[in-house]
Amino acid sequence: MSSTSSRPALLVSGLRKSYGDVIAVDGLDLIVGAGECFGLLGPNGAGKTTTIEICEGLTEPDAGGVEVLGLRWDTHERDLRERLGIQLQETQLSDKLTVDETVRLFRSFYSRGRDVNEVIDVVQLGEKRTARVGKLSGGQKQRLALACAIVGDPELLFLDEPTTGLDPQSRRQLWDLIVELRASGRSIVLTTHYMDEAQRLCDRVAIVDHGRVIALGSPRELIASLGAEHVVEFIALDAPAGSLDVATLRALDGVTSAREHDGRWTLEVSELARAVPALLAALRERSLTLGELATHSATLEDVFVSLTGRQLRDA
Amino acid sequence: MRDATNPPRSWRETSLAQLTLVRFREFLREPEAVFWTFAFPIILALGLGIAFRNKPADVVVIGVVTGTPAGDSLNARLAHTAGLTVRPMNDSAAARALRTGEIALVAASRADGGIEYRFDDTRPEGRSARFLTDDALQRAAGRTDPVPVSERTVQERGSRYIDFVVPGLLGMNIMGGGIWGLGFAIVEARRKNLLKRLVSTPMPRSHYLASFLLSRFFFLILEIAVVLGSTALLFDVPVRGSLVQLFVVCLMAALAFGGIGLLIASRARTIEGVSGLMNLTMMPMWVLSGVFFSSSNFPAVAQPLIQALPLTATINALRATMLQGAGWQVVAPSLAIIGAWLVVSFIVALRLFRWR
Repeated sequence: MSSTSSRPALLVSGLRKSYGDVIAVDGLDLIVGAGECFGLLGPNGAGKTTTIEICEGLTEPDAGGVEVLGLRWDTHERDLRERLGIQLQETQLSDKLTVDETVRLFRSFYSRGRDVNEVIDVVQLGEKRTARVGKLSGGQKQRLALACAIVGDPELLFLDEPTTGLDPQSRRQLWDLIVELRASGRSIVLTTHYMDEAQRLCDRVAIVDHGRVIALGSPRELIASLGAEHVVEFIALDAPAGSLDVATLRALDGVTSAREHDGRWTLEVSELARAVPALLAALRERSLTLGELATHSATLEDVFVSLTGRQLRDA
Repeated sequence: MRDATNPPRSWRETSLAQLTLVRFREFLREPEAVFWTFAFPIILALGLGIAFRNKPADVVVIGVVTGTPAGDSLNARLAHTAGLTVRPMNDSAAARALRTGEIALVAASRADGGIEYRFDDTRPEGRSARFLTDDALQRAAGRTDPVPVSERTVQERGSRYIDFVVPGLLGMNIMGGGIWGLGFAIVEARRKNLLKRLVSTPMPRSHYLASFLLSRFFFLILEIAVVLGSTALLFDVPVRGSLVQLFVVCLMAALAFGGIGLLIASRARTIEGVSGLMNLTMMPMWVLSGVFFSSSNFPAVAQPLIQALPLTATINALRATMLQGAGWQVVAPSLAIIGAWLVVSFIVALRLFRWR
């Protein structure tokens, strides 16, 4: 692994691809560092899948270059296939095979790789080893697809929409697996249209819209570019009516807006470090007890909205 | 994590063995496929064997219009003729029975004392009924034959209808196994994105295709054993030629139909699309290639085309081997036709094949 850490895992320059009149990828550049978890975030139809499939050597680009692990598809396809792990969007593995048979099949394609039983345990399908694929839940199928992608012990993993259509618990399970894979030193490129997924998993994110990268950076940097917005939510216990009002709260240091709904207050603040002490002081002054206090940062969703004027989920 | 010291792998862990195992598992875990491949041809042979079993003597049923003195007398004269079953009936009932095929001929007395035969001369039993009836009436009226004749009937194993139809069913089964077996599985894998997933691994593409041929090879042995074994047991259908030659014919045919199945499946993306193509390919051969009746029934102009069809060549070679005990030189032209289909279909299929 150390031999690859000096050069990027993936280098994409000036990528273009169109299908008839539809331009799927419109001059896209990317550099993914070795050991990095990189996310392509964008709405459906942004060109994420076309981009990742060109990187996977499954689709020919109209223009532009792709270098994977320092190698090119036209000269080193065989070598690259051995070293990549790929999970396609919506592959249906054969329903009639068992979990064990499916992973064993994929293991047979690689000259070197991981132990089949170990991989099944890693994706937490140990109890389903002899179950038919057709009987698995959506989350289990997706974890099986991940098992097939990692059984060749890849240096670089491509995951196309790994959690689309899954329930929250299954998504969290997959996230934990991806975090573990990243911790073991593999480079990961994933696409998603969930901003929480990108925020949770990725070291860096490229926000893609209409086949172009419209923003690039760590999730933190991207959000910071908005002007460092934070949100503070609190409840004052047993507060008599009128003891708190919008004008009072908005006047606090660092607070830009305030609103109340069913006794729960929401403040938008520019600087958390000044706004929270000011809020606590104001409550103490009025002899009010703080029942609950929560803060969260603005999200990548807000970044996408500010860049495109549209929501990610309905873009 | 990468285990650089993987021990050399056993044959079971190679991609070709694993892919072939997948073929077996997918087939055997689909009860319908097992039924259509193994049980269906036996049931079909059983049904045909019973329908066309050799009856002791073919009896023709005719109707006689009665109710008049002349009609009743006609009925009495025909009543005890060998090979004829005579049913007295009125005029309209007789017309109805003739229309529905219950009787082969209606004999009615004419006003001038003669007799009228009503029958459909396009039906073989209509014509034989006419000759049997006429012969009986003329003899009863005193005709004597100027040439003395004698008869000896021959019923030989190997020339019955069941003997004719079993090689046809075997050929049809081999065609179905190749075309359905490859066509559906490949298009299903393409539709489910599985083909694309497979080519995103280092899997040699040739291993994927070879796994189909290998599994066809194993199932072919089973198919031949089941079809020939069951019909030999049930109907005593013979295999007069060499078993090796029979197997080579079956194997060549299985490969050729596998190639045709591959060609049909080379680009189709939907099951509906490939089903249409498969029916379009197989339907003409079911009709023209002589599965149930000899392909020589078709007009001479169509014969060059019919003889060039792979199923015709297969069935001709199977019949020659099984029923006539013919040697290699007799089946060589058929094998050449099958071989040509094999080579051409594979070359074209591999050129057109869409992996994504």
